[in-house]
This record gives sequence, structure tokens and C-alpha cells, in this order.
Amino acid sequence: MNPKVTRRRFIKGVVASGAAATTTGVWYAANGQNRPGGAVERLIRINVNGQMRSVDVAPQETLASTLRYKLGLTGTKLGCNRGECGACTVLVDDVATYACSVLTHSMKNSRIETVEGLESPNGDLHPVQQAFVEELSPQCGYCTPGQVMAAVALLRENPNPTREEARHAMSGNICRCGSYDSYLDGVMRAVQLG
Amino acid sequence: MAYMHIGKNFVPPDVPGKVTGRIKYAEDYAREGMVYSRLLTSPIPHARVLEIDASEALAMDGVFGILTADDVYPDGEPQSTGLKILTNEPTLVGEPILALAAIDEKTAETAISRINVTFERLPFVLDPLESLVEGGANAYPGDQNTFVFRQGFATEKWTEDQVASFRAGNEPTAEPQQTWSLGDLEAGFSASEFVYETTFTTAGYPHHSMEPRSAMAYWEDGKLYLHGTSQSLTALADGMAPIIGVPKEDIVFINAATGGGFGQRARANSIPSMAIPAKLSQKINRPVMMRITREEEFTIGGARQGFQGWIKVGFKPDGIMSACDLYIISDNGGKGGGGDASSAADCIDVLYQPDALRFRGTSIGSNTAHRGAQRGPGQNQIAPIIAPILDKAADALGISRLEIRKINAPRNGDVAGPRQTPFTSAYVPESLDMATQQFDWEGRQARRRQRNGSKVIGLGLGQGYHNAGRSGMDGIVTMGTDGRLKIHNGVGNLGTYSYASTSRAAAEVLKMPWENCDILNVRTDNHLPITSPQDGSNSIFTNTRTMFGAATDMLNKMKEIASSDLGGDPSDYDVSNERIHQIADESTGYTYAEVAQRAMELGGKFTGEADLPEELAEWTRISVSRLAGSAFMGVYHDPRHEGNPPGFTVTCCEIELDLETGKYEILDMVTIAESGTIVHPQGMENQLVGGAVWGIGLSGYERHLYDPQNGLPASTGYWQSKVPTYLDTPVKIGTGWVDLPDPENPVGARGIGEPSMGAVSAALTAAITDALDGHHFATAPITADMIINHLAGTEENAAPLAQNNFRG
Ligand code: FES
Ligand code: FES
Repeated sequence: MNPKVTRRRFIKGVVASGAAATTTGVWYAANGQNRPGGAVERLIRINVNGQMRSVDVAPQETLASTLRYKLGLTGTKLGCNRGECGACTVLVDDVATYACSVLTHSMKNSRIETVEGLESPNGDLHPVQQAFVEELSPQCGYCTPGQVMAAVALLRENPNPTREEARHAMSGNICRCGSYDSYLDGVMRAVQLG
Repeated sequence: MAYMHIGKNFVPPDVPGKVTGRIKYAEDYAREGMVYSRLLTSPIPHARVLEIDASEALAMDGVFGILTADDVYPDGEPQSTGLKILTNEPTLVGEPILALAAIDEKTAETAISRINVTFERLPFVLDPLESLVEGGANAYPGDQNTFVFRQGFATEKWTEDQVASFRAGNEPTAEPQQTWSLGDLEAGFSASEFVYETTFTTAGYPHHSMEPRSAMAYWEDGKLYLHGTSQSLTALADGMAPIIGVPKEDIVFINAATGGGFGQRARANSIPSMAIPAKLSQKINRPVMMRITREEEFTIGGARQGFQGWIKVGFKPDGIMSACDLYIISDNGGKGGGGDASSAADCIDVLYQPDALRFRGTSIGSNTAHRGAQRGPGQNQIAPIIAPILDKAADALGISRLEIRKINAPRNGDVAGPRQTPFTSAYVPESLDMATQQFDWEGRQARRRQRNGSKVIGLGLGQGYHNAGRSGMDGIVTMGTDGRLKIHNGVGNLGTYSYASTSRAAAEVLKMPWENCDILNVRTDNHLPITSPQDGSNSIFTNTRTMFGAATDMLNKMKEIASSDLGGDPSDYDVSNERIHQIADESTGYTYAEVAQRAMELGGKFTGEADLPEELAEWTRISVSRLAGSAFMGVYHDPRHEGNPPGFTVTCCEIELDLETGKYEILDMVTIAESGTIVHPQGMENQLVGGAVWGIGLSGYERHLYDPQNGLPASTGYWQSKVPTYLDTPVKIGTGWVDLPDPENPVGARGIGEPSMGAVSAALTAAITDALDGHHFATAPITADMIINHLAGTEENAAPLAQNNFRG
């Protein structure tokens, strides 16, 4: 068993707290615009896509807010902002994680990867991205960055999954356009692309 | 026909941006000086705003202003159906009352909490049948519960006995608001050997597009720049300009991509909320971002109409559907709108060609999410209801389930609908054959109802239909002296890639390599032609016509220039390898760069300065006038087509239903399209598998849940109205297409997005019914608890035909 936090365990926690997270007050507090005084350290350093970034973070700020609104990494999408859809999936120490549902302050010792960090320095797409292009996996594309990150996490842990295994591994990511079949085609092609 | 582009896969130019996260959706933009808007929405399902006291909020630091219904409707709110921008008479929980702009969202939210709104509570209703009963509450303004076309809001009531009788399973006896009929119904039923009659319900449920409909707006030099979300591009801007009150030439709508659109983002009047940042920005003179939450998206994002209906169908001994009588009460939600019920009847007429059909319908409001277009409105709701009835008829008459569908299938030359419109073409028997062969339908019959422990196999066959094409729109292509083809495409980018695949028709005409084509879309100041909104599965048909026409205009102009300069007649010329040349002597001609240069020198009609088609829409005229003189131009206005271009689908599926848990696994599924020539195979496959997921949701999961005591929505997220996930859908969905050209389209194409859902829902519901020995729930969705209750012989804890609760 992987000692890291698994997606399944993580989702359970999020769903249990879903009711509280739906109130608008909590939503906006989490959006990083709450600036109470106090002893909480504000300026922190986090490792995003291999670079240490200094960022001014409010106490209840979610990682998704920091990435999108402080660091300009808008590839991470917000579909629900309450741990239901997976559009905000990023990798935290290689584990697919809902960025809308973790606090940035808890990320100080972690390695965060977003969709913007996948391309090679010479601009080549990551095999998962390349495979998703070739299979025309996205439809509207809004869930795509999350699907890409979930697939990258899967292939790091299991480079040769069956389609059935891929289906289970990706199941924390909803696609309202219903492109699941095409995403799975993409994952299986990514296996071939290596 | 051998095409260079049509029928071939390609990478639409926005795909890399989608996998890298670089493509921008509305909320990804920011603007210097941007402030944030939050909404104050109605906490109660039906109320009247008596007073708004925002003095304390407006006095706060960092608050820039508010916008109310009085600001946006100085002459009073329009007395029509559909969402308003803001309202003083909310008819559903979450309806926007006012918007406030502040330095950040936290300040905006705090300021909103300091606004005192005095509401007068009004009676509310969640179930249309409760409103229909004399004395029942009414959902709409002025204590009304329905909307009559050209007359306005009105009240419709039945006696208590009439409602009770309907709930008890009987044919409604009240006069309907709307009716149409074909043939002799009485004679049809007299000739019937098998007659089946039932009441039924289908649930309403939210769109739940993945991208909430956030928008950002600013004004510069008198022009409005609006970053928003829509299925359509020019059609949206064209309709949004009058809603905001800005001349068409002064609105720039920017939309590189839209995170899902399934009907409710096609037209400006279905997304009036985008006017809020535009109006607020105008009022406070700052860029305004309005982020929309998932809960807000639920409320203003639109929903499918629910049906409470009664159906009676008769079949002759040979399996021909001789009569169909349909009566539907449609749940029009809090804002009215939608013609789903009549479309449901039309769908039955199209797919099964009954000798006689009568439709009766009444639309009643409920204080629930607003309703409107949603993937196959009407056609798809009726698909899971009618499919098991066909199976019952087949079994009773000793005809195979496939055969009864083939007997009744529409064919080339057939007509359908209240106006008996002929199809432009129709190959449904061919689709049925293709689907059943690919699935090995006959071979699998031996497995029907086979038991394996607590599990049982069910097989289902289903059909889907939606009208799939319009006409009368415009096209523009241009070419600069570099010889590249610029395709000005006003089609929205909603994820179907139709903006790109329709552009391929222009490239096809000019035999232009795809890499030398540039699609101009994304923002309306790219000088785009008007298009029909991207709804109703129409884009492929409608806009391959305009793109083909505009490129043909350019081709004809090339021939005219070449023949005039180089001799001969225009008909002596053709194009290949990016040259216009004589057919007899290919060395005599111009490169595309040269002919574009000549066009620029000649000006006039060659550069859009003269001889434009008279019928061009105002929007297209503005675009052409701004381009005039700057490039070689092809311009086209598409005349109206004849007939009904249909989109058809057929699905086969096999499920394994667990009689102990009520859950089922879809073991296999094949879905086949009949939509003319296939323009973009991968795009077609996406529409088929995407529609399949929606069909699975309609049959098994998605519904509206409301708290009956307070009228509060309980299905505002992805879990309560469950969108199917990877695990609810098959591991692999087989797809295919008939691929026969339609004569009313220059490349033979018709659309498919909507029927792809109906066939799957029909097949899946038929398979569930099959697995349960023919038990017909006559409802959608059929949930696991319903199956368990049925198997246990337990009564369901819901009023018959209920809407917006656990049953409907
Ligand atoms: S946005 Fe994080 S799970 Fe939906
Ligand atoms: S591609 Fe649209 S939500 Fe997945």
C-alpha cells in the first residue's frame, strides 16, 4: 500500500465536509481575499513545478486559489470548488489531489505539479498531453487539465494499467461532456507513447 | 466522393491549449483595475422585493456600487418567460436580486451581508400538478402558473378530481393548452391488436456545465469588451447587444472556449447574467469580474423540463404503430419557457411513423430552477418512455424487437411532424442493421434474462432523433497577399469542434492544405459572419453550407480574375496546389498569393466593397464593412433549405442487473449515427460517447430534489443530481456511422449531438425493463432504490407522478 494519501481516502474526507464548504462565506474566505491580522505566517514558499515560489497566502486560502489568482497558473480549473468534480486536480508529491480542497499553508514541504509544468523544457508535450491530442480526448476542455493530471499520477504509479484500472484511477474526475471513453483512449495511447 | 478534408481526422487548433491549460476561459482573464462582483440572490422560492436598503454597504470602504432590477429595467421588468438579468419578483431560490461590486470578493460578500432586503413572501409550489389543482399555489408573477404564447402569463386550473384521476393513472380529461394531431386516431386504435396505456414521469435536472458561467466586462472608447461563456459566438453577441443596450457595432464578445454547453448557453436570453458585469462596469467605470459558484450555476444555469404524462399506443397485428395518443404536463420551472412536450410527440411521429397521432400539452410553472433548451429537449425525455412500450408490443405480437423498429422506421421520402415535413434524407433501417450487426444483437438474444446468482442480463435497443440543421446564415472568407485562407467563423467553441470542422468545408472548396488555413474566431472583432446559435445539433449542417458558399464565392471570383487577365472563360479554370489555373493548360494561371494581389488591385466586389448579397444580416454587414478593401473576400448568404434534416441514432446495450442491490453494470454498448456524411470522425465519436453518458444520466441518475417545506434546492452539486462518472459508464462504447450524404448540404452533412443521448437512454431503459421481466417503471430516471422497492414489493414513498422529489 502506498503510504501516501490516496485519492480515495482524500475524496471521502472532502465529501464529508461538503455541506460546510458550500456556504458562500467559506468559499470566499478560501479565495485568499480574507486579510485578518494575527500571528499566522503570511509569506510562504512553495515548490510549484520545480520552482520555489514566494507567495502571500491568507490563512484559509486553498491551493487552487493560490495557483490561479496569486501565481497566474489558470490551467488549474475550478468546476465546483467543493471537492466534487476533479477539475482542479494537481499533483502533490505525485498524488492526484483536489487543489480546491487543500490549504496552501499545508503545502510548505510538498512538491506541487500543475498542468503548466508537464511540458519538457523544449516545449514537447508530456506523453499524456500528446496522447490526449491524438485521441481528441477533450471536448469542452474544462475538465481536461484535471484529467491530464489524474492520468499522469496513474501512469507514474502504474505505467502499464489496463483500461479497467485506468477507469478506476480516473474516477475522481467528472467530465460533464461525457468524454470518458476518449480520455481512456488517451490514457491507453499514453501508455504506448511511454 | 473523394474529399481532401471532409471525413478526415485533424487536430482542431484549440486542442493543444486544452491539454496544456493555456486556452483561456472567461474567468481566466484579468484586467488592470478589475473589481469583483457578487450577487445577492433570493433565499426563498417566491417573493416580492418591497425595499432594498444598501446604505450601509455602499458606505463601506472598497465598495463601488450596486446594480438592481430597477437599474437594468427602468421601464419595469419584461413580462415574459425566461430569466431576467436581475429581478424584484424572484420565482426560485437563488435568483439574482442585485449585484454589488467591490475591491475583492470578500469585501463584496461582507457588503452584501449588510444590505437589507425586505421580501414579501408569496406562496410557492414545487409540483406542477399541485399548482394545477384549484386553490394550489402559483409559481409566476401576478399569481399565475402558465404562459400562453402571444398572450402572456395566465392561470390554468383543473378540478381536484381531474388531478386525482390523472395521478391514479388515467387519461387526463381537462382541455390542454396546446394540441395537434395527424390521421384518424379512433380508426388507428380500432385497427390495433395490441394497445398499451400508462402514465409516466421524467425528471427535470440541471445542466451542470463544468465551467460556471462567470463573466468579465470592461468598456474602452465606448466599446464593451465582454469575456463570457457561450455555445455560440456571433449569435450570442448579436442577441446580447440589445439586452445590455449597446449597439451591435460596439460589443466585442470574447470567448476562446466554453466549458460545456448543452442548450442553455446558446442564446443571449439564456445567459442574461452576463449583462451584470457589463452593466456594473458601465456604472462604476471599472472592469468587473463576476465569478459564479457551482450553486449559482445550478440556479441560473438552466434545467431540463420534467414531464408528467399519459400515453396510449396501439399496434396492428403486423407490428405497425397505428395510433399514439400523448398528453403531457411539462414542468416549466420558475421562469417558464421550453417547448419540450410538443417535440416529444414530434419525435414519436418521426421515429415510428404512426398512422395517427394526437398531442395534447399543458405547461405549468413550479418554483424550481428555470427550464429551457437542454440536449434533445423533448425528444430525449420521451425516448426512455417509449422504448419499453415497443418491446412490449413486439413480445405481444410475436415480432422481434428489431423487426418492430424496422417496420416502423422512417425512410427516405417520408414525412413527419405537425406540418408533415419531408426528411432531407433518412436511412434508419440501415442504422438499425448496422448497430445490431456490430453488437451481434441476434447472437446475444440467448443471453436475455439469463441469471447468474443474483445477477440477471437485460438487453436493450433504442433510437434517438433530433432535427439537425438550419440555414439562412452568412459566410465570410478572406485571403491576403500571402495566399493564406482566412476563414471567419462565428461558430462558438463549446467542445464539439464544429467551429473547426465547418471551416474544413471552405478549405475543401479551394483545395487548400489545412496548414495554410487560419480560422478567425475567438472574438467577435475578428470580423465574423452571423451564425445560427450552436444549439439544436444544427452547426455542422448550417455552417458547412455558409463556409462552402463563401469559399465558392471566392473561387468564382478567382476564376473571373484569372479568365479576365489570362484569357478564356471562367469555366475553363480550376484550382489545385494553391493555384487557379486553366484546366487545359495548368501552367497558365495565378498562385493564390498572386490572385489575392490582383483582387486587391481590382477592389470593388473582390474586396467586399461592392455587390454584396442583399440579404446579409446586420451583424455580417458590420463585419464586411470593417474588412472591406483590406483583403480578397468571399461573401455568402445562404438561402433556405427544403425539408427536415434529421439526426438519427441507434443504440444496443447489454446490462447485468443485481437483483439484491438494484444496481447494474453496462456490459457492452454500441451506438450508431445516421447524420449524413461524417465531416470529422473523431469529433463524431466524441459526440456519440458524450451523448451516451448523458443518456445514462437521464435513465439512471439525474434529477431535481427540493425540500418540500421550504422549497430549497438539494441538488445544486454534482452528487445529489448525479452526473455519471467513469464508473457508471461502460469501459468502452462502440461507435459507428452510416455515412450517406444528405442532398441538402454541399458536403452531405447533418448534426448528431442531441440524438446521441436519446438512443442510449432508450436502450438502457429497455435493458433495465428487460432484466426485470418487463416491469415498466414508465419513469426516468430509474434509480437503484426504485428497483429494490419494486423487487421487494414495497410501495414507493412518493405521490404518483410527483416532480422535483425523489420520484420525479
Ligand atoms: S473544483 Fe475542486 S473538485 Fe471541483
Ligand atoms: S471535456 Fe467538457 S467537462 Fe470534460
